[in-house]
Amino acid sequence: MAIVAHESQREELPAWSLSAEAAERIALPTEWPERVTREWAWGGATGNGVRVCVLDSGVERTHPVVGDVQHSWAVRRDGDEIRVEADAEGDLCGHGTACAGIIRSLAPDCELTSVRVLGAGFTGSGPILLAGLEWAVQQSFDVINMSLSTTKRQFAETLHELADSAYFRRTMLVASAHNMPVESFPWRFSSVISVGSHEEDDALTYYYNPTPPVEFFARGLEVDVAWLGGKTLRCTGNSFATPHIAGICALIMSKHRELTPFQLKNVLYLVASNVGGRRE
Amino acid sequence: MSDELRAAVAAGVLGAEESFRTLLQSVVETARAIFGAKASSVFLLDEEADELVFEAVAGEGSGTLIGKRFPSSTGIAGWVLVTRQPLVIDDLGEDPRFSREAAESTGYVPRGLMAVPLLADERALGVLEVLDRPRDSRFTLAEMDLLGVFANQAAVALDLLLRARRAQAALGGEGDAGALARIASRLETADEAERAAGLRLLAALEDLL
Repeated sequence: MAIVAHESQREELPAWSLSAEAAERIALPTEWPERVTREWAWGGATGNGVRVCVLDSGVERTHPVVGDVQHSWAVRRDGDEIRVEADAEGDLCGHGTACAGIIRSLAPDCELTSVRVLGAGFTGSGPILLAGLEWAVQQSFDVINMSLSTTKRQFAETLHELADSAYFRRTMLVASAHNMPVESFPWRFSSVISVGSHEEDDALTYYYNPTPPVEFFARGLEVDVAWLGGKTLRCTGNSFATPHIAGICALIMSKHRELTPFQLKNVLYLVASNVGGRRE
Repeated sequence: MSDELRAAVAAGVLGAEESFRTLLQSVVETARAIFGAKASSVFLLDEEADELVFEAVAGEGSGTLIGKRFPSSTGIAGWVLVTRQPLVIDDLGEDPRFSREAAESTGYVPRGLMAVPLLADERALGVLEVLDRPRDSRFTLAEMDLLGVFANQAAVALDLLLRARRAQAALGGEGDAGALARIASRLETADEAERAAGLRLLAALEDLL
């Protein structure tokens, strides 16, 4: 499968220098307060207007915890061809529904899109994941939740390009860190937000980690999550910490539409529970 | 053929599969003991069939599940394999779809499970599951880390088993490598005199080549 050149690489030149008279052109629209607080970051926000993509096993469409899933897609393989098609099957495992439910609980008014990249067999799952992520990056979602990773080095370079491409296109990729001693991707790339778990039970408590590669720790222990059949399960794993950060990103983005991923990471840092954001 | 020959040498002799199977069984028994769980299983990914196969089971289901197969990317084990992310579920609830899946894959319906991928280098070899740890204590992330560390050991055992199987395939195969591997195997079990004579012949052969 050919991965097409990313749009960010096709932008017209000149783009990499700043002439004297152009400084005004890049004036930032946001007035940053002297001290960034959680109230400034997401006070009153609901996720309204923010498009969040859950790249996972699908999302159950009628789950009471998840509510409306605005769009559902599935990445399918047909011989050598990989296609992204509208999907009506929902979730094949329950995991995507769990992630969507967590995001929805934090950002109730965000627009949710499910892209199913899991469930079509282990063999070939790598190219399907890459195709799904490439498609999602092209759709310019505000936030993409990836509670998964690959250990295959052959996919690392393309994943890295896609992660950078997302970053430059103002799409925040939020990815689960691996809590096993193995090398895996894309969470290790600095253009994504990587998330591990803490042991507290508050959904808005999250910590900045000053010793990367894991950047933030969020709630991931014994989380009650949506699962198949309209039910809930109590689950543990970085998979569930990740959508907490994705949901918080959606809240911040709904209040501050103009933020780039760089700025969004800054806001996240400034109001982390161990920085300036103890519960206000 | 050289890879297979190397595998044959690495695995030593015929019968190695039996030893590694015992090691794998010890892994699931130990996993069950560490977590005080009701059962524990190791699934091997059969890449050709794209299925997960029960390779070792301790506790509930140990008599009936070995060799049983299911699709590689559905259900909890499949999700863990494909995403390479460990997952712990408590309070499975009463979701009939989940119960059926669990019953089919374990022989009974667990209340909770821990599942972790078995990774060797960049390969995903299978999944380790621990079913029904005691529910009197809150789960901790330290247990999650322990599960991950333990899974690495299980992955090594599974990798050895796979090498032994490749070795056996080479031993059973026709052609030069198969013949050499069979000779190596015979030498291991030969009495001292035969062995010494065999080694002299091999040394002469090596000189000749």
